[in-house]
Amino acid sequence: MRKLLTAAIVAAFLAGCTTQPTQQAPVEEKPPGTAGAPQPGRPGAATTGVPGSGVTGAPTGPGAGGVPSSALRDPNNILSKRSVYFEFDSFTVSEQYKPLIEAHARYLVANRNARMTMQGNTDERGSREYNIALGQKRADAVRRMLTLLGAQDAQIETVSLGKEKPKNAGHDEAAWAENRRADMLYAGE
Amino acid sequence: MNFIHFLKTRVAFNDSVTPRKQRRTPYPDMPPPIRFFLALVAVVLGFAGVARAQLTIEIVGGAGSAIPIAIVPFEGESAFPLGITGIVGADLSRSGLFKLVDYTGVVPRPVRAEEVQAGLWRGRGADAVVVGTMRPLPDGRTEVRFALVDVVKQIPLASMIYTVTATQFRATAHKIADVIYEKLTGDPGVFSTRIAYITKSGSRYQLLVADADGNDPQTIVSSNEPLLSPRWAPDGSRIAYVSFESKKPVVYVQNLSTGTRQAVANFRGSNSSPAWSPDSRRLAVTLTKDGGSQLYIMNADGSDAKRVMTSSAIDTEAYFMPDGQAVLFTSDRGGSPQIYRLTLGSGAVERLTFDGSYNVSPRPFPDGKGFVFVKRDGGRFQIASHDFATRQVQVLTAGPGDESPSLAPNGKLVLYANEVGGRGILAAVSSDGRVKQRLVAPSIAVREPAWGPFNRP
Repeated sequence: MRKLLTAAIVAAFLAGCTTQPTQQAPVEEKPPGTAGAPQPGRPGAATTGVPGSGVTGAPTGPGAGGVPSSALRDPNNILSKRSVYFEFDSFTVSEQYKPLIEAHARYLVANRNARMTMQGNTDERGSREYNIALGQKRADAVRRMLTLLGAQDAQIETVSLGKEKPKNAGHDEAAWAENRRADMLYAGE
Repeated sequence: MNFIHFLKTRVAFNDSVTPRKQRRTPYPDMPPPIRFFLALVAVVLGFAGVARAQLTIEIVGGAGSAIPIAIVPFEGESAFPLGITGIVGADLSRSGLFKLVDYTGVVPRPVRAEEVQAGLWRGRGADAVVVGTMRPLPDGRTEVRFALVDVVKQIPLASMIYTVTATQFRATAHKIADVIYEKLTGDPGVFSTRIAYITKSGSRYQLLVADADGNDPQTIVSSNEPLLSPRWAPDGSRIAYVSFESKKPVVYVQNLSTGTRQAVANFRGSNSSPAWSPDSRRLAVTLTKDGGSQLYIMNADGSDAKRVMTSSAIDTEAYFMPDGQAVLFTSDRGGSPQIYRLTLGSGAVERLTFDGSYNVSPRPFPDGKGFVFVKRDGGRFQIASHDFATRQVQVLTAGPGDESPSLAPNGKLVLYANEVGGRGILAAVSSDGRVKQRLVAPSIAVREPAWGPFNRP
């Protein structure tokens, strides 16, 4: 991988702000042998909770070199851009995403308590399980650039959604291009 | 050389009755394979809550050398709303290895093996004849007797007596079909086994378990996030699967009799591709906790996860060989996704596929002599089989979007998903490629089929 310029080191002022755990998807289970359609809350049905992220985000206050978390939502700020797109069957990060990745690296360096989930995605073609691995490779490729620029490994969890959560539900080249993607989500978003 | 006979039947209907009523014999004059698919469609619609739907069923292909068999309605059977012989006939027809011979007009109908007149049935083209009785017992149960006669050699091949309740008629019919299948083909029947599959309706995902003919579907998990990769424990007691309910892939194991479950692989990163060891005690999984998608083997409760191999490439889709001594897996270590075998004792890795740039999802045959997999050829994804001894690859399906193959426990049929334009249907092909069946259900996606084991605790 090509070397990128190291981001400027900035001091971070950490505010004590706790983010909400990730919302859980409702899940019901029941054993076979009970007839009929699923009935939430029926006796015998059990729901296993899944631990939340347990992650504490800490946006810095404005000024003093910190990057305010509001920048993440400012449509005029590059930090509001979160997606890196990939070519077919590829996990190489294109040159055009260098400014975007540098900006997020600077944010992560300036906000050491900030946590990011990097979600890799693929187009709909091919094995579901192999696509999970391919999406993971895309997410990992972006994380590697962020960490080379100073972000810490522990700040970024890379996961893959494979082809299971297409952003564009179409079935043509344009839809596939939109779905070959890694998305950056900050904790609490 | 046998020619494949193509039969295309299209059936369309509007219906507003309940799924259970549909599942009886909605179209008694249709060939049994069509009834099978209507049943499976009914399953799907029932759980989707779709009251009206236009259905299209296509049946394609049949064996060149189907065994002609006459299944004579059992004496006393007409007194029972759900008979036995209709289900037996449907099972045998669906396998593609049998052809039903007309029994009408034979008077008197034979009831016992010694009453079967070989010459008469040979004249109708039958090689074998099934006869039997259903008799109510004083305790409310029913005695079901059947006999299978080889009218070529003029010898009885099997006779059985079952004492059952009315709720066991369907299971009894499947057992009788299993006996007939095994006596006449030499391979065990799979009519008493179960299948699992995933449906998607809108944003609702459900994992269902049903009889192998699509009857009696039970939802075992439902979620608003994707579910995938259901895998039966060989002992039949549990299913492992991947759920996205916590916004990332996590592997669960669920007990089928109690419905309780456990997240067995929920590490940092992605957790996916579960596969059971033959003794049902361990799981192979793909984890990314140490960087990259790598193979691990853990106890079935999630403890003691050990990395089995270290590579800088993608390693995933592990499947144990039947002897438990090796796993097949998919890796892109050679530049494109190909199938490899890892011998667990020595750590030796051998590449198995060379033809084409995309060969994935290996599933070993139960006899360990080869595997089925998905290959991409000119943009088409097709199911193919690979024979270890000859290194021959046989393409079994036409594609273009075939995936997730799952072998019947006798190795004779491959159930798979056909994904076209985001809509999924289930289809089956015999492992020699001759018999093909498929189901089309508009407005709902059916995917990720998994054929259960012989064991049914």
